[in-house]
Amino acid sequence: RSCPANEAFIPPKFCDNRIVSSKYTVWNFLPKNLFEQFRRIANFYFLIIFLVQVIVDTPTSPVTSGLPLFFVITVTAIKQGYEDWLRHKADNEVNKYPVTVLEDGRRIRKESEKIKVGDVVEVEENETFPCDLILLQSSRDDDTCFVTTASLDGESNHKTHYTVPDTEKDLESLNATIECEQPQPDLYKFVGRMHIYKNNQEPAVRSLGPENLLLKGATLKNTQKICGVAVYTGMETKMALNYQGKSQKRSAVEKSINAFLLVYLCILVSKALVCTTLKYVWQSKPGQDEPWYNEKTQREKDTNLYLKMFTDFLSFMVLFNFIIPVSMYVTVEMQKFLGSFFITWDKDFFDPEIQEGALVNTSDLNEELGQVEYVFTDKTGTLTQNNMEFIECCIDGFQYKYRDASSELDGFCVTDGPVYLDKWEELFLRALCLCHTVQVKEPTEGFIASSPDEVALVKGAMRYGFTFLGLESKTMKILNRNNDVEMYELLHVLNFDPVRRRMSVIVRAISGDTLLFCKGADSSIFPRVRQEEVERIRMHVERNATEGYRTLCVAYKYLSAEEYAQADAGLREARLALQDREQKLMAVYNQVETGMSLIGATAVEDRLQEEAAETMEALQGAGMKVWVLTGDKMETAKSTCYACRLFQRNTELLELTVRTLEDGGRRREERLHELLLEYHKKAVQDAPPVKAGVTRSWSLTNQDYGFIIDGATLSMVLNSSTESNSSRYKNLFLQICQNCTAVLCCRMAPLQKAQIVKMVKNSKGCPITLSIGDGANDVSMILEAHVGIGIKGKEGRQAVRNSDYAIPKLKHLKKLLLAHGHLYYVRIAHLVQYFFYKNLCFILPQFLYQFFCGYSQQPLYDAAYLTMYNICFTSMPILAYSLLEQHICMEVLLDNATLYREIAKNAMLRWGPFLYWTLLGVFHGLLFFFGVRYLFSNPALQDNGQVFGNWSYGTIVFTVLVFTVTLKLALDTRHWTWINHFVIWGSLAFYVFFSFFWGGIIWPFLRQQRLYFVFANMLSSVSAWLVIILLILLSLLPEILLVVFRKPRGPHSRQIAAVTPLSYKHLKERQ
Amino acid sequence: MVKQEQELDNRPDNTAFTQQRLPAWQPMLSAGIVIPGFVLIGLAFIGIGVALFVTSRSIQVLEIDYTGVAQDSPCYRCSDPDTKNCVCTMDFSIDTLFKGPVFFYYGLTNYFQNYRRYGASKDASQLSGDLEYFKNPSSDCSPYQYDNDKPIVPCGSIANSMFNDTFKLYQIVNGARKQVPLDGKGIAWWTDYNVKYRNPSVTPLRNAFNGTVKPVFWSRPAYELDPTDPANNGFINQDFLVWMRRAALPNFRKLYRRITEGDYAEGLPAGNYSLEIAYNYPVLSFDGEKKVVFSNVSWMGGKNEFLGIAYLVIGSLCIVMSIVMLIVYAKFKFPEED
Repeated sequence: RSCPANEAFIPPKFCDNRIVSSKYTVWNFLPKNLFEQFRRIANFYFLIIFLVQVIVDTPTSPVTSGLPLFFVITVTAIKQGYEDWLRHKADNEVNKYPVTVLEDGRRIRKESEKIKVGDVVEVEENETFPCDLILLQSSRDDDTCFVTTASLDGESNHKTHYTVPDTEKDLESLNATIECEQPQPDLYKFVGRMHIYKNNQEPAVRSLGPENLLLKGATLKNTQKICGVAVYTGMETKMALNYQGKSQKRSAVEKSINAFLLVYLCILVSKALVCTTLKYVWQSKPGQDEPWYNEKTQREKDTNLYLKMFTDFLSFMVLFNFIIPVSMYVTVEMQKFLGSFFITWDKDFFDPEIQEGALVNTSDLNEELGQVEYVFTDKTGTLTQNNMEFIECCIDGFQYKYRDASSELDGFCVTDGPVYLDKWEELFLRALCLCHTVQVKEPTEGFIASSPDEVALVKGAMRYGFTFLGLESKTMKILNRNNDVEMYELLHVLNFDPVRRRMSVIVRAISGDTLLFCKGADSSIFPRVRQEEVERIRMHVERNATEGYRTLCVAYKYLSAEEYAQADAGLREARLALQDREQKLMAVYNQVETGMSLIGATAVEDRLQEEAAETMEALQGAGMKVWVLTGDKMETAKSTCYACRLFQRNTELLELTVRTLEDGGRRREERLHELLLEYHKKAVQDAPPVKAGVTRSWSLTNQDYGFIIDGATLSMVLNSSTESNSSRYKNLFLQICQNCTAVLCCRMAPLQKAQIVKMVKNSKGCPITLSIGDGANDVSMILEAHVGIGIKGKEGRQAVRNSDYAIPKLKHLKKLLLAHGHLYYVRIAHLVQYFFYKNLCFILPQFLYQFFCGYSQQPLYDAAYLTMYNICFTSMPILAYSLLEQHICMEVLLDNATLYREIAKNAMLRWGPFLYWTLLGVFHGLLFFFGVRYLFSNPALQDNGQVFGNWSYGTIVFTVLVFTVTLKLALDTRHWTWINHFVIWGSLAFYVFFSFFWGGIIWPFLRQQRLYFVFANMLSSVSAWLVIILLILLSLLPEILLVVFRKPRGPHSRQIAAVTPLSYKHLKERQ
Repeated sequence: MVKQEQELDNRPDNTAFTQQRLPAWQPMLSAGIVIPGFVLIGLAFIGIGVALFVTSRSIQVLEIDYTGVAQDSPCYRCSDPDTKNCVCTMDFSIDTLFKGPVFFYYGLTNYFQNYRRYGASKDASQLSGDLEYFKNPSSDCSPYQYDNDKPIVPCGSIANSMFNDTFKLYQIVNGARKQVPLDGKGIAWWTDYNVKYRNPSVTPLRNAFNGTVKPVFWSRPAYELDPTDPANNGFINQDFLVWMRRAALPNFRKLYRRITEGDYAEGLPAGNYSLEIAYNYPVLSFDGEKKVVFSNVSWMGGKNEFLGIAYLVIGSLCIVMSIVMLIVYAKFKFPEED
């Protein structure tokens, strides 16, 4: 890909700078939206039913299913249309934004969408970049500019970007082409090359990296104006590429719904089949098919028998199709959408520090929060605060601890060694001051860096008298103990990356010496320094690590002129490379960072998050297995685990790390095999068998196991040399882990984190996993897990953007899962089961009626009732229930984490409860139908001797139905707010009112006034009243009995019963 | 100040609703409530059940099958479909006074008035007196829409198959037949008679039917259904209305007449009676039966043992359950109250 700068010719293949995030235009909205909507299987099913009703002579008018469908489709279309209109508006705002483009030396105002690749764009301070630009010229003297990418990744610190080196100040005379890679979404990667053509000279080549690229969406700060050439425009910008939606996560509840739907579809089809078959069996008897009073029309007689059978089958399908209601989808969606507001509204999630509450990125997974079995948590920034404090250091083997300035003159105290080691000490502190990428924030005396460790180190050095003053045009200034300013020319920064786990700088002192300072994890530094220095420091490092501190080792070396020249050339060459630049750079880095001398080590404390231990304890109490996945080293991570009580004192630790593998002195592979088997024996085979049926036992008498594995060993487990071993190890590993209360995986690369999550996710039983993290390195596991939770921490917003839910602090996880998750799950599970139940007992009488009406598809209920049942009469109470129900109040849920186990493994939506609800529906349906059937053995039900007809029959059944179904919900409701009262009694009142109204007027638009005064006549019959009361009570009796008898038996019921009656008022007093 | 405001902006509302802390009533179905509740419900149900049962028992019912399947039946002769204008007489006796008002029903079995297409086969507009539909009946009425290209009024299967047996009841007093007056008013729903079904406002009524033909099965046109009472003709003929209200089940009965007048206002006295039947309605082709039912009614309507028994059973069940619960809780020592 190449694009010219300042050349007239622009290849047409680049797209223009229009951002199109909208899906529809005015013209294609209707067809496209309808197409999209009917791609959903449910909508399509209802459309088919509707079409059958239109085409075939069916018992119910197309309106009964057309109206709800139309309603659903319209509401969805309006919602999507509105969202799209907002997108259009936003797009237009961006696309019509005026920008300044330099053309032929003139400045021209253009609309943003007209920028083409190769245009030179001028941007002023606090403006956002209209497209991805290569920085050519900055108004700052040092050829840099500052930007903030808050809107891209949420990192609000100012990032420095550099102009392409050696470009001329006069842009008009610049003649160059740019080659760069194809657009890709990674915000932090960019490779390119610029060829600068000067008059008749060899074209000069300059490498372009992410530091030259200004991303669309970022804002220019602290810089008056810059000029840049557009390289990626419109939909090819990195922002647009990142805009693509995340993959859809489906919740387990949704899978259950689909399974149940399938069952009901089978019931529906079999019902229709049974009726069709029986109809033709019945008709084969002479005289039944066509009695004299009911002759067929000529057309019916002419119709082919099989065609007739088929249309009969379709008619039955239509008659019974209400068993799968349109409204369930609407209600579930509404419940999820509205329910998720309770998370955002919760003031317990509000963090006054960052002035933000919880964030819900998707409402589809609310109930999944109540089903979590595995929690994968990041350590840094999640379990710990990522708020670093310099604790101590060790220089040349001697420990230096920081004390208050009063006790020692310089606040620097040697605890276990000779006092004066000035040379080493100062070298060490200089190294701390130089080897970093910290910036000095100008207005206030603060430091900004991508990693808080660095800030802690620089601040630590400051306390010992070495102050970093800032970086000015490649010169680092340090204020030393004697208040002299030392100047170092910054030659190269060998950036930190998680694979190398170290960073280096190459600086040149005033004296002319070229120095390389390197700092990094012990494991990555020790092999690269002279071995005789290592031992003394290793001791300190390990002790610090067990105390829970983050340790870094510092090393240096002098570079001779030749060495430097060689390194410089290598670095420059690698930076120019278009392909495999990363690898090439890495190779050069590794080459340069060798043969160093170790100066010392630092220890930085990372404090635990507030209530981290309580939260972890609660999660474990709730039956969740907590796995800590961290990039940190084992000792540090282990101490964090102890600190937050993931490992207890009596927890037996099973270690599977490089160290334990090397203990045996044999081949690692063999040792791994041996250890795996040993641990497996210990943790799995010898463990007391977990009783089936009882939720996983959790008692203190059992030996707890904790498992520790590191990245290197994990990759051995996962990618073992032989295929068979690999799967076997994986199995063993999983089984061990599943029997451990906590698992610690240290030294993990981001991808390995995701691998582990994936492995557990796909293991037997498909447990629901949750990942929580705050940094960019957690994104992969957040995306991989069933539920991804981002913490609005200090490491930018990438985790939050990719998460499903975001919370400000770790401690909020407890309430999110134990209270919100539990309630959401119970609510939606009940909603789903109730919906299936109420439609089963709605349609079953209609099915039974077929046996009494010659299988003629005669509907039992009036069309109005058929349509309104799910829309008006019974929808609101269950919606209110599913939003407000708290079968156990929140405080109790938070106090008794074990309650969470009761709903584990989708307990309320397994086949058992489903069968229960289905049987209940069948029982009710049978009761309604046959109760009224026996009443109608004498249809003279009024005291004036007049008889009732078929519509009266249907209305009585329907009245019983509506009341029973609503009262059943009332029985299940444990938390009656005024809304529940209003909605439940309101629905019943509405039903009565509607029936009066509907039957009280001759409706001009109806062809047949079937229900005219049917309801009123029904109410005038004492028998009808009595049978209604009888049937309602009889239907609910078993339910009441069940509630009463079940109470004293459940394991936790007493505890709950003891606390639940505490009313809200009471709790308020207690607070 | 500004900072504080911002904080207020961001902080979630602290209302009872948003914090899910709406004051709520949390009912507990404890034994202390349920057991007395069950006892109360049980007693109430048993009370109602007894009342229903006693009432139902006191209702007298007399059923007479006159299909004429059996050869010894007086109507056997008439059951042959080829006999026209057949009249047969059924004799019966009543031992004690059949308390009035007595309701006279006819009943049919295995007759599917609730068949879907049968039920749809009528023209509601026509029946509400719209002359437009006299000329062009709805196609729903097919195959009883046109007869030889002339529109049928009232069209459709239901109207066509209207029950047309007629009955005369005599009391045998000293060997002489004394006719029992039958009241044909008030047998259909008031709203059907007064609102739902309307004759066209044409006088005389027969003019409205010009250019139409009577249903195939009928012997007389709609406007001559009741020669004795001009207000009981057309679509608001009470027998027609009763027939048009479709029965819910294939075995049904419909109200034919009430016995409320003269010597019989108090009921049918004991004695011998003779029922003269004009046997017109064929039912044997579909294995149907025809019967007449004499019954009196109570506040609960006609005789129906089901309700009374059901109430008694459920009531006793409630009592039994409450006893069982009491035992269970006595054993567990009311765990909730510890």
